[in-house]
Amino acid sequence: MDFAMTIRGSWSLLLTGLVTTVIVSLIAIAVGTVIGFVSSLMGLSRIWVLKALSEIYVWVIRGTPMIVQAFIVYFGMPQLIQTFVPGFTISAFTASAITLSTNAGAYLSEIFRSGINAVDPGQVEASRSLGMSQVRTMRRIILPQAVRITIPSLVNQFIITVKDSSILSVIGLAELVNRAKVYVGGTYQFFATYVLVAVLYLAVISALMVASRYIEKRLNRDKDPA
Amino acid sequence: MTKILLEAVRKSFRTLEVLKGIDLSVDGGEVVCVIGPSGSGKSTLLRCVNALESVTQGRVIVMSDPNCDLNTARRNIGMVFQSFNLFSHMTVRRNITLAPMDLKKTTKPDADALAVELLTRVGLEDKIDVYPRQLSGGQKQRVAIARALAMRPDVMLFDEPTSALDPEMVGEVLAVMQQLAFDGMTMLIVTHEMGFAREVGDRVIFMADGMIVEQGTPSEVFGNPREPRTKDFLRRVSQAG
Ligand SMILES: Nc1ncnc2c1ncn2[C@@H]1O[C@H](COP(=O)(O)OP(=O)(O)O)[C@@H](O)[C@H]1O
Ligand SMILES: [Mg+2]
Repeated sequence: MDFAMTIRGSWSLLLTGLVTTVIVSLIAIAVGTVIGFVSSLMGLSRIWVLKALSEIYVWVIRGTPMIVQAFIVYFGMPQLIQTFVPGFTISAFTASAITLSTNAGAYLSEIFRSGINAVDPGQVEASRSLGMSQVRTMRRIILPQAVRITIPSLVNQFIITVKDSSILSVIGLAELVNRAKVYVGGTYQFFATYVLVAVLYLAVISALMVASRYIEKRLNRDKDPA
Repeated sequence: MTKILLEAVRKSFRTLEVLKGIDLSVDGGEVVCVIGPSGSGKSTLLRCVNALESVTQGRVIVMSDPNCDLNTARRNIGMVFQSFNLFSHMTVRRNITLAPMDLKKTTKPDADALAVELLTRVGLEDKIDVYPRQLSGGQKQRVAIARALAMRPDVMLFDEPTSALDPEMVGEVLAVMQQLAFDGMTMLIVTHEMGFAREVGDRVIFMADGMIVEQGTPSEVFGNPREPRTKDFLRRVSQAG
Protein backbone atom coordinates (compact mmCIF):
# COMPACT_ATOMS: atom_id res chain seq x y z
CA MET A 1 0.00 0.00 0.00
CA ASP A 2 2.68 2.42 -0.99
CA PHE A 3 0.97 5.45 -2.53
CA ALA A 4 4.18 7.01 -3.70
CA MET A 5 5.05 3.86 -5.57
CA THR A 6 1.58 3.58 -7.10
CA ILE A 7 1.69 7.19 -8.23
CA ARG A 8 5.07 6.73 -9.79
CA GLY A 9 4.02 3.52 -11.52
CA SER A 10 0.58 4.58 -12.74
CA TRP A 11 0.64 8.29 -13.39
CA SER A 12 1.27 8.20 -17.12
CA LEU A 13 -1.43 5.59 -17.65
CA LEU A 14 -3.94 7.31 -15.39
CA LEU A 15 -3.17 10.68 -16.93
CA THR A 16 -4.12 9.46 -20.42
CA GLY A 17 -7.30 8.06 -18.85
CA LEU A 18 -8.02 11.35 -17.13
CA VAL A 19 -7.54 13.26 -20.37
CA THR A 20 -10.01 10.95 -22.13
CA THR A 21 -12.50 11.34 -19.27
CA VAL A 22 -12.26 15.12 -19.43
CA ILE A 23 -12.51 15.26 -23.22
CA VAL A 24 -15.47 12.90 -23.52
CA SER A 25 -17.22 14.72 -20.64
CA LEU A 26 -16.65 18.14 -22.17
CA ILE A 27 -17.99 16.92 -25.51
CA ALA A 28 -21.03 15.44 -23.80
CA ILE A 29 -21.63 18.62 -21.80
CA ALA A 30 -21.35 20.82 -24.90
CA VAL A 31 -23.30 18.61 -27.29
CA GLY A 32 -25.76 17.56 -24.60
CA THR A 33 -26.46 21.22 -23.78
CA VAL A 34 -27.27 21.93 -27.42
CA ILE A 35 -29.43 18.80 -27.75
CA GLY A 36 -31.11 19.50 -24.42
CA PHE A 37 -31.84 23.11 -25.32
CA VAL A 38 -33.32 22.24 -28.69
CA SER A 39 -35.32 19.40 -27.13
CA SER A 40 -36.66 21.69 -24.41
CA LEU A 41 -37.85 24.18 -27.03
CA MET A 42 -39.46 21.33 -28.95
CA GLY A 43 -41.11 20.18 -25.73
CA LEU A 44 -42.58 23.65 -25.22
CA SER A 45 -43.69 23.95 -28.83
CA ARG A 46 -47.31 23.99 -29.85
CA ILE A 47 -46.48 21.79 -32.85
CA TRP A 48 -47.42 18.38 -31.54
CA VAL A 49 -44.93 16.39 -33.64
CA LEU A 50 -42.01 18.32 -32.16
CA LYS A 51 -43.44 18.04 -28.68
CA ALA A 52 -43.96 14.28 -29.06
CA LEU A 53 -40.43 13.75 -30.41
CA SER A 54 -38.95 15.58 -27.44
CA GLU A 55 -41.08 13.68 -24.95
CA ILE A 56 -40.26 10.30 -26.46
CA TYR A 57 -36.56 11.10 -26.45
CA VAL A 58 -36.57 12.09 -22.80
CA TRP A 59 -38.76 9.14 -21.87
CA VAL A 60 -36.57 6.53 -23.59
CA ILE A 61 -33.26 7.88 -22.31
CA ARG A 62 -34.41 8.39 -18.76
CA GLY A 63 -36.18 5.04 -18.74
CA THR A 64 -33.17 2.92 -19.71
CA PRO A 65 -29.78 2.38 -18.04
CA MET A 66 -26.85 4.08 -19.74
CA ILE A 67 -24.92 0.85 -19.86
CA VAL A 68 -27.62 -0.60 -22.13
CA GLN A 69 -27.60 2.56 -24.26
CA ALA A 70 -23.83 2.23 -24.62
CA PHE A 71 -24.15 -1.41 -25.70
CA ILE A 72 -26.80 -0.50 -28.25
CA VAL A 73 -24.71 2.33 -29.72
CA TYR A 74 -21.42 0.43 -29.72
CA PHE A 75 -22.49 -3.13 -30.58
CA GLY A 76 -26.06 -2.87 -31.82
CA MET A 77 -26.07 0.10 -34.18
CA PRO A 78 -23.01 -1.00 -36.22
CA GLN A 79 -24.62 -4.41 -36.74
CA LEU A 80 -27.78 -2.75 -38.03
CA ILE A 81 -25.87 -0.30 -40.23
CA GLN A 82 -23.67 -3.10 -41.61
CA THR A 83 -26.69 -4.53 -43.43
CA PHE A 84 -26.72 -1.33 -45.52
CA VAL A 85 -23.05 -0.32 -45.34
CA PRO A 86 -20.89 -3.45 -45.22
CA GLY A 87 -17.84 -3.14 -43.00
CA PHE A 88 -19.20 -0.24 -40.98
CA THR A 89 -17.59 0.11 -37.55
CA ILE A 90 -17.64 2.71 -34.83
CA SER A 91 -14.82 3.54 -32.45
CA ALA A 92 -15.30 3.21 -28.71
CA PHE A 93 -14.63 6.92 -28.39
CA THR A 94 -17.29 7.93 -30.92
CA ALA A 95 -19.81 5.54 -29.42
CA SER A 96 -19.03 6.91 -25.98
CA ALA A 97 -19.38 10.52 -27.04
CA ILE A 98 -22.72 9.75 -28.68
CA THR A 99 -24.04 7.82 -25.68
CA LEU A 100 -22.95 10.33 -23.07
CA SER A 101 -24.17 13.35 -25.08
CA THR A 102 -27.56 11.81 -25.77
CA ASN A 103 -27.88 10.83 -22.16
CA ALA A 104 -26.95 14.26 -20.79
CA GLY A 105 -29.20 15.92 -23.39
CA ALA A 106 -32.32 14.19 -22.08
CA TYR A 107 -31.77 15.33 -18.51
CA LEU A 108 -30.72 18.81 -19.59
CA SER A 109 -33.88 19.05 -21.72
CA GLU A 110 -35.99 18.64 -18.61
CA ILE A 111 -33.87 21.14 -16.68
CA PHE A 112 -34.17 23.78 -19.42
CA ARG A 113 -37.87 23.15 -19.85
CA SER A 114 -38.61 23.72 -16.19
CA GLY A 115 -36.32 26.77 -16.13
CA ILE A 116 -38.09 28.36 -19.07
CA ASN A 117 -41.45 27.55 -17.51
CA ALA A 118 -40.37 29.22 -14.28
CA VAL A 119 -39.92 32.63 -15.95
CA ASP A 120 -42.77 35.01 -15.13
CA PRO A 121 -45.25 34.84 -18.04
CA GLY A 122 -46.24 38.43 -17.29
CA GLN A 123 -42.76 39.61 -18.31
CA VAL A 124 -43.03 37.63 -21.52
CA GLU A 125 -46.31 39.37 -22.31
CA ALA A 126 -44.85 42.75 -21.45
CA SER A 127 -42.03 42.08 -23.89
CA ARG A 128 -44.45 40.97 -26.61
CA SER A 129 -46.61 44.04 -26.00
CA LEU A 130 -43.58 46.24 -26.71
CA GLY A 131 -43.36 44.64 -30.15
CA MET A 132 -40.47 42.27 -29.36
CA SER A 133 -40.70 39.11 -31.45
CA GLN A 134 -40.88 35.68 -29.90
CA VAL A 135 -37.22 34.96 -30.66
CA ARG A 136 -36.08 38.29 -29.26
CA THR A 137 -38.19 37.80 -26.16
CA MET A 138 -36.57 34.40 -25.72
CA ARG A 139 -33.10 35.91 -25.98
CA ARG A 140 -33.63 39.04 -23.91
CA ILE A 141 -36.18 38.08 -21.28
CA ILE A 142 -36.63 34.32 -20.95
CA LEU A 143 -33.14 32.85 -21.39
CA PRO A 144 -31.19 35.20 -19.10
CA GLN A 145 -33.63 34.50 -16.29
CA ALA A 146 -34.01 30.80 -17.06
CA VAL A 147 -30.24 30.27 -17.05
CA ARG A 148 -30.00 31.89 -13.65
CA ILE A 149 -32.77 29.72 -12.28
CA THR A 150 -31.28 26.53 -13.70
CA ILE A 151 -27.58 26.94 -12.93
CA PRO A 152 -27.57 24.74 -9.80
CA SER A 153 -29.38 21.91 -11.63
CA LEU A 154 -27.15 22.36 -14.69
CA VAL A 155 -24.00 22.03 -12.62
CA ASN A 156 -25.45 19.00 -10.91
CA GLN A 157 -26.09 17.37 -14.28
CA PHE A 158 -22.59 18.24 -15.54
CA ILE A 159 -21.12 16.53 -12.47
CA ILE A 160 -23.24 13.44 -13.07
CA THR A 161 -22.05 13.39 -16.69
CA VAL A 162 -18.39 13.41 -15.64
CA LYS A 163 -19.00 10.56 -13.23
CA ASP A 164 -21.17 8.60 -15.66
CA SER A 165 -18.39 8.65 -18.23
CA SER A 166 -16.83 5.87 -16.12
CA ILE A 167 -19.65 3.55 -17.20
CA LEU A 168 -18.23 3.75 -20.72
CA SER A 169 -15.25 1.70 -19.60
CA VAL A 170 -17.47 -1.31 -20.32
CA ILE A 171 -17.31 -0.67 -24.06
CA GLY A 172 -13.56 -0.21 -23.88
CA LEU A 173 -13.28 3.58 -23.72
CA ALA A 174 -9.78 4.21 -22.39
CA GLU A 175 -10.97 6.61 -19.70
CA LEU A 176 -9.83 6.86 -16.11
CA VAL A 177 -11.51 3.81 -14.59
CA ASN A 178 -10.65 1.71 -17.61
CA ARG A 179 -6.97 2.64 -17.34
CA ALA A 180 -6.99 2.01 -13.62
CA LYS A 181 -8.34 -1.50 -14.22
CA VAL A 182 -5.50 -2.12 -16.63
CA TYR A 183 -2.99 -0.93 -14.04
CA VAL A 184 -4.32 -3.00 -11.14
CA GLY A 185 -4.52 -6.02 -13.46
CA GLY A 186 -0.73 -6.03 -13.57
CA THR A 187 0.15 -4.74 -10.12
CA TYR A 188 -2.72 -5.73 -7.77
CA GLN A 189 -2.43 -2.34 -6.03
CA PHE A 190 -6.23 -2.04 -5.72
CA PHE A 191 -6.50 0.29 -2.76
CA ALA A 192 -3.89 2.85 -3.70
CA THR A 193 -4.89 2.92 -7.37
CA TYR A 194 -8.61 3.33 -6.83
CA VAL A 195 -8.13 5.93 -4.10
CA LEU A 196 -5.95 7.79 -6.55
CA VAL A 197 -8.70 7.52 -9.17
CA ALA A 198 -11.22 8.88 -6.68
CA VAL A 199 -8.94 11.81 -5.90
CA LEU A 200 -8.59 12.59 -9.60
CA TYR A 201 -12.39 12.60 -10.09
CA LEU A 202 -12.72 14.83 -7.08
CA ALA A 203 -10.19 17.25 -8.53
CA VAL A 204 -11.97 17.46 -11.89
CA ILE A 205 -15.39 17.89 -10.32
CA SER A 206 -14.09 20.47 -7.85
CA ALA A 207 -12.71 22.47 -10.75
CA LEU A 208 -16.13 22.28 -12.38
CA MET A 209 -17.78 23.49 -9.19
CA VAL A 210 -15.36 26.38 -8.78
CA ALA A 211 -15.92 27.45 -12.37
CA SER A 212 -19.69 27.33 -11.99
CA ARG A 213 -19.58 29.22 -8.69
CA TYR A 214 -17.63 31.92 -10.50
CA ILE A 215 -20.13 32.07 -13.36
CA GLU A 216 -23.05 32.15 -10.96
CA LYS A 217 -21.48 35.05 -9.06
CA ARG A 218 -20.94 36.98 -12.26
CA LEU A 219 -24.53 36.48 -13.36
CA ASN A 220 -25.88 37.48 -9.98
CA ARG A 221 -23.69 40.55 -9.84
CA ASP A 222 -26.13 42.36 -12.15
CA LYS A 223 -28.93 41.29 -9.88
CA ASP A 224 -27.33 42.63 -6.71
CA PRO A 225 -25.78 46.00 -7.38
CA ALA A 226 -23.66 47.46 -4.60
CA MET B 1 -59.54 60.41 -36.29
CA THR B 2 -60.31 56.87 -35.17
CA LYS B 3 -57.35 55.12 -33.55
CA ILE B 4 -58.90 51.85 -32.46
CA LEU B 5 -61.80 50.12 -34.13
CA LEU B 6 -63.42 46.89 -33.02
CA GLU B 7 -66.16 45.39 -35.17
CA ALA B 8 -68.37 42.62 -33.82
CA VAL B 9 -65.48 41.09 -31.92
CA ARG B 10 -66.11 37.69 -30.39
CA LYS B 11 -63.62 35.73 -28.37
CA SER B 12 -63.95 32.24 -26.98
CA PHE B 13 -61.65 30.12 -24.87
CA ARG B 14 -62.64 26.62 -25.96
CA THR B 15 -66.35 26.54 -25.18
CA LEU B 16 -66.40 29.63 -22.98
CA GLU B 17 -67.44 32.74 -24.90
CA VAL B 18 -65.84 35.69 -23.15
CA LEU B 19 -66.51 38.51 -25.63
CA LYS B 20 -69.92 38.35 -27.26
CA GLY B 21 -69.84 40.89 -30.05
CA ILE B 22 -68.01 44.07 -29.11
CA ASP B 23 -68.25 47.21 -31.26
CA LEU B 24 -65.99 49.98 -30.14
CA SER B 25 -64.15 52.89 -31.65
CA VAL B 26 -61.70 55.14 -29.87
CA ASP B 27 -60.72 58.49 -31.38
CA GLY B 28 -57.31 60.08 -31.26
CA GLY B 29 -56.77 61.85 -27.94
CA GLU B 30 -59.81 60.23 -26.39
CA VAL B 31 -59.66 58.70 -22.90
CA VAL B 32 -62.04 55.76 -22.59
CA CYS B 33 -62.52 54.07 -19.25
CA VAL B 34 -63.90 50.54 -19.09
CA ILE B 35 -65.64 49.47 -15.90
CA GLY B 36 -67.53 46.34 -15.00
CA PRO B 37 -67.59 43.34 -12.70
CA SER B 38 -64.71 40.90 -12.51
CA GLY B 39 -64.83 38.22 -15.19
CA SER B 40 -66.82 40.35 -17.60
CA GLY B 41 -64.06 40.23 -20.23
CA LYS B 42 -62.36 43.61 -19.74
CA SER B 43 -58.82 42.25 -19.74
CA THR B 44 -59.59 40.02 -22.70
CA LEU B 45 -60.87 43.06 -24.58
CA LEU B 46 -57.61 44.96 -24.03
CA ARG B 47 -55.56 41.91 -24.90
CA CYS B 48 -57.43 41.55 -28.18
CA VAL B 49 -56.62 45.16 -29.07
CA ASN B 50 -52.87 44.49 -29.13
CA ALA B 51 -53.29 40.90 -30.27
CA LEU B 52 -51.97 39.22 -27.13
CA GLU B 53 -55.15 37.22 -27.78
CA SER B 54 -56.43 36.44 -31.25
CA VAL B 55 -60.10 37.15 -31.82
CA THR B 56 -62.42 34.30 -32.71
CA GLN B 57 -64.67 36.45 -34.91
CA GLY B 58 -64.88 40.05 -36.02
CA ARG B 59 -62.10 42.57 -36.63
CA VAL B 60 -59.70 44.65 -34.59
CA ILE B 61 -58.16 47.58 -36.44
CA VAL B 62 -55.52 49.76 -34.86
CA MET B 63 -54.68 52.69 -37.04
CA SER B 64 -51.08 52.58 -38.05
CA ASP B 65 -49.36 51.47 -41.19
CA PRO B 66 -51.91 48.99 -42.54
CA ASN B 67 -49.22 46.85 -44.20
CA CYS B 68 -47.09 46.29 -41.15
CA ASP B 69 -46.82 42.97 -39.33
CA LEU B 70 -48.07 42.23 -35.87
CA ASN B 71 -44.86 43.01 -33.99
CA THR B 72 -44.56 46.36 -35.74
CA ALA B 73 -48.20 47.18 -35.02
CA ARG B 74 -47.68 46.39 -31.32
CA ARG B 75 -44.92 48.99 -31.11
CA ASN B 76 -47.57 51.67 -31.56
CA ILE B 77 -49.62 50.36 -28.68
CA GLY B 78 -48.27 50.65 -25.15
CA MET B 79 -49.67 48.34 -22.49
CA VAL B 80 -49.58 48.67 -18.73
CA PHE B 81 -50.46 45.61 -16.65
CA GLN B 82 -52.00 45.19 -13.23
CA SER B 83 -48.93 43.29 -12.04
CA PHE B 84 -46.35 45.73 -13.53
CA ASN B 85 -44.37 42.94 -15.26
CA LEU B 86 -41.09 44.82 -15.16
CA PHE B 87 -38.09 42.80 -16.38
CA SER B 88 -36.68 41.75 -13.05
CA HIS B 89 -33.15 41.03 -14.29
CA MET B 90 -32.72 44.52 -15.70
CA THR B 91 -32.26 47.96 -14.21
CA VAL B 92 -34.96 50.56 -14.58
CA ARG B 93 -32.83 52.17 -17.29
CA ARG B 94 -32.53 48.90 -19.23
CA ASN B 95 -36.24 48.18 -18.85
CA ILE B 96 -36.88 51.42 -20.70
CA THR B 97 -34.06 51.37 -23.26
CA LEU B 98 -34.36 47.70 -24.27
CA ALA B 99 -37.18 47.98 -26.80
CA PRO B 100 -36.08 51.25 -28.47
CA MET B 101 -32.50 50.00 -28.83
CA ASP B 102 -33.52 46.56 -30.07
CA LEU B 103 -36.40 47.53 -32.31
CA LYS B 104 -35.76 51.09 -33.44
CA LYS B 105 -31.97 50.90 -33.45
CA THR B 106 -31.86 53.89 -31.12
CA THR B 107 -28.27 54.56 -30.08
CA LYS B 108 -27.25 54.10 -26.45
CA PRO B 109 -26.84 57.84 -25.73
CA ASP B 110 -30.22 58.61 -27.31
CA ALA B 111 -31.89 55.77 -25.42
CA ASP B 112 -30.32 56.93 -22.15
CA ALA B 113 -31.55 60.46 -22.76
CA LEU B 114 -35.00 59.03 -23.48
CA ALA B 115 -34.94 57.05 -20.23
CA VAL B 116 -34.03 60.17 -18.27
CA GLU B 117 -36.75 62.17 -20.00
CA LEU B 118 -39.45 59.57 -19.34
CA LEU B 119 -38.39 58.92 -15.76
CA THR B 120 -38.47 62.64 -15.08
CA ARG B 121 -41.97 62.66 -16.48
CA VAL B 122 -43.08 60.00 -14.00
CA GLY B 123 -41.01 61.55 -11.20
CA LEU B 124 -38.44 58.76 -10.81
CA GLU B 125 -35.28 60.10 -12.40
CA ASP B 126 -33.31 59.20 -9.26
CA LYS B 127 -34.23 55.51 -9.63
CA ILE B 128 -32.67 55.03 -13.04
CA ASP B 129 -29.99 52.54 -11.96
CA VAL B 130 -32.09 50.61 -9.49
CA TYR B 131 -33.53 47.12 -9.97
CA PRO B 132 -37.32 46.62 -9.94
CA ARG B 133 -37.38 44.70 -6.65
CA GLN B 134 -35.97 47.76 -4.91
CA LEU B 135 -39.03 49.82 -5.88
CA SER B 136 -42.42 50.18 -4.23
CA GLY B 137 -45.52 49.08 -6.13
CA GLY B 138 -46.41 52.62 -7.15
CA GLN B 139 -42.87 53.25 -8.37
CA LYS B 140 -42.88 49.99 -10.33
CA GLN B 141 -46.07 50.96 -12.09
CA ARG B 142 -44.72 54.38 -12.97
CA VAL B 143 -41.61 52.74 -14.44
CA ALA B 144 -43.89 50.38 -16.38
CA ILE B 145 -45.67 53.40 -17.83
CA ALA B 146 -42.35 54.97 -18.78
CA ARG B 147 -41.28 51.70 -20.41
CA ALA B 148 -44.44 51.58 -22.49
CA LEU B 149 -43.99 55.22 -23.50
CA ALA B 150 -40.42 54.56 -24.67
CA MET B 151 -41.70 53.17 -27.96
CA ARG B 152 -43.58 56.46 -28.50
CA PRO B 153 -46.91 54.66 -28.92
CA ASP B 154 -50.01 56.24 -30.43
CA VAL B 155 -52.27 54.45 -28.00
CA MET B 156 -51.91 53.33 -24.39
CA LEU B 157 -53.82 50.45 -22.84
CA PHE B 158 -54.09 50.14 -19.06
CA ASP B 159 -55.40 46.99 -17.39
CA GLU B 160 -56.34 47.87 -13.81
CA PRO B 161 -53.05 49.71 -13.26
CA THR B 162 -53.77 50.51 -9.62
CA SER B 163 -55.53 47.34 -8.47
CA ALA B 164 -52.38 45.72 -7.09
CA LEU B 165 -51.30 48.83 -5.19
CA ASP B 166 -51.58 49.80 -1.56
CA PRO B 167 -54.10 52.63 -1.24
CA GLU B 168 -51.49 55.28 -0.47
CA MET B 169 -49.76 54.59 -3.82
CA VAL B 170 -52.79 54.74 -6.06
CA GLY B 171 -52.67 58.54 -6.29
CA GLU B 172 -49.13 58.79 -7.67
CA VAL B 173 -49.96 56.42 -10.55
CA LEU B 174 -53.27 58.10 -11.35
CA ALA B 175 -51.52 61.47 -11.39
CA VAL B 176 -49.11 60.23 -14.07
CA MET B 177 -52.02 58.87 -16.11
CA GLN B 178 -53.93 62.10 -15.74
CA GLN B 179 -50.94 64.04 -17.04
CA LEU B 180 -50.72 61.67 -20.01
CA ALA B 181 -54.38 62.25 -20.79
CA PHE B 182 -53.82 65.98 -20.50
CA ASP B 183 -50.94 65.72 -22.99
CA GLY B 184 -53.36 64.23 -25.52
CA MET B 185 -52.56 60.51 -25.38
CA THR B 186 -55.23 58.14 -26.66
CA MET B 187 -56.02 55.85 -23.73
CA LEU B 188 -58.15 52.79 -23.12
CA ILE B 189 -58.25 52.16 -19.39
CA VAL B 190 -59.79 49.31 -17.44
CA THR B 191 -60.20 50.60 -13.90
CA HIS B 192 -62.07 50.32 -10.64
CA GLU B 193 -61.19 53.91 -9.74
CA MET B 194 -64.59 55.50 -10.35
CA GLY B 195 -63.38 58.91 -9.24
CA PHE B 196 -60.63 58.83 -11.84
CA ALA B 197 -62.97 57.60 -14.59
CA ARG B 198 -65.42 60.36 -13.79
CA GLU B 199 -62.78 63.07 -13.73
CA VAL B 200 -60.39 62.05 -16.53
CA GLY B 201 -62.49 59.89 -18.83
CA ASP B 202 -64.07 61.35 -21.96
CA ARG B 203 -66.23 58.28 -22.17
CA VAL B 204 -67.12 55.47 -19.81
CA ILE B 205 -68.01 51.97 -20.95
CA PHE B 206 -69.80 49.55 -18.68
CA MET B 207 -69.14 45.92 -19.57
CA ALA B 208 -70.89 42.88 -18.19
CA ASP B 209 -70.93 39.28 -19.32
CA GLY B 210 -68.83 39.90 -22.43
CA MET B 211 -70.91 42.75 -23.77
CA ILE B 212 -70.92 46.51 -23.68
CA VAL B 213 -74.07 47.15 -21.68
CA GLU B 214 -73.93 50.91 -21.60
CA GLN B 215 -71.65 53.75 -22.56
CA GLY B 216 -71.63 57.50 -22.47
CA THR B 217 -69.96 60.48 -20.87
CA PRO B 218 -68.99 60.00 -17.22
CA SER B 219 -71.86 62.18 -16.07
CA GLU B 220 -74.34 60.12 -18.10
CA VAL B 221 -73.09 56.73 -16.92
CA PHE B 222 -72.37 57.65 -13.32
CA GLY B 223 -75.01 60.34 -12.87
CA ASN B 224 -77.87 58.82 -14.76
CA PRO B 225 -77.34 55.15 -15.66
CA ARG B 226 -80.10 53.70 -17.85
CA GLU B 227 -79.48 49.98 -17.56
CA PRO B 228 -80.44 48.13 -14.38
CA ARG B 229 -77.18 46.17 -14.47
CA THR B 230 -75.18 49.41 -14.52
CA LYS B 231 -77.20 50.82 -11.64
CA ASP B 232 -76.71 47.63 -9.68
CA PHE B 233 -72.94 47.57 -10.32
CA LEU B 234 -72.46 51.22 -9.39
CA ARG B 235 -74.48 50.79 -6.22
CA ARG B 236 -72.36 47.82 -5.14
CA VAL B 237 -69.10 49.63 -5.95
CA SER B 238 -70.08 52.73 -4.02
CA GLN B 239 -71.08 50.63 -1.03
CA ALA B 240 -67.71 48.85 -1.09
CA GLY B 241 -65.73 52.07 -1.51
N1 LIG C 1 -56.42 32.36 -21.29
C1 LIG C 1 -57.67 32.05 -20.86
N2 LIG C 1 -58.12 30.78 -20.95
C2 LIG C 1 -59.35 30.46 -20.52
N3 LIG C 1 -60.22 31.32 -19.97
C3 LIG C 1 -59.84 32.61 -19.85
C4 LIG C 1 -58.53 33.03 -20.28
N4 LIG C 1 -58.43 34.37 -20.03
C5 LIG C 1 -59.58 34.74 -19.47
N5 LIG C 1 -60.44 33.70 -19.35
C6 LIG C 1 -61.81 33.75 -18.83
O1 LIG C 1 -62.49 34.77 -19.48
C7 LIG C 1 -63.37 35.44 -18.60
C8 LIG C 1 -63.09 36.92 -18.64
O2 LIG C 1 -61.82 37.18 -18.12
P1 LIG C 1 -61.18 38.63 -18.08
O3 LIG C 1 -61.14 39.17 -19.47
O4 LIG C 1 -59.89 38.51 -17.37
O5 LIG C 1 -62.23 39.44 -17.22
P2 LIG C 1 -62.04 40.78 -16.39
O6 LIG C 1 -60.74 41.39 -16.78
O7 LIG C 1 -63.22 41.61 -16.75
O8 LIG C 1 -62.06 40.38 -14.95
C9 LIG C 1 -63.16 34.81 -17.23
O9 LIG C 1 -64.18 33.90 -17.01
C10 LIG C 1 -61.83 34.11 -17.36
O10 LIG C 1 -61.79 32.99 -16.53
MG1 LIG D 1 -59.04 41.80 -15.65
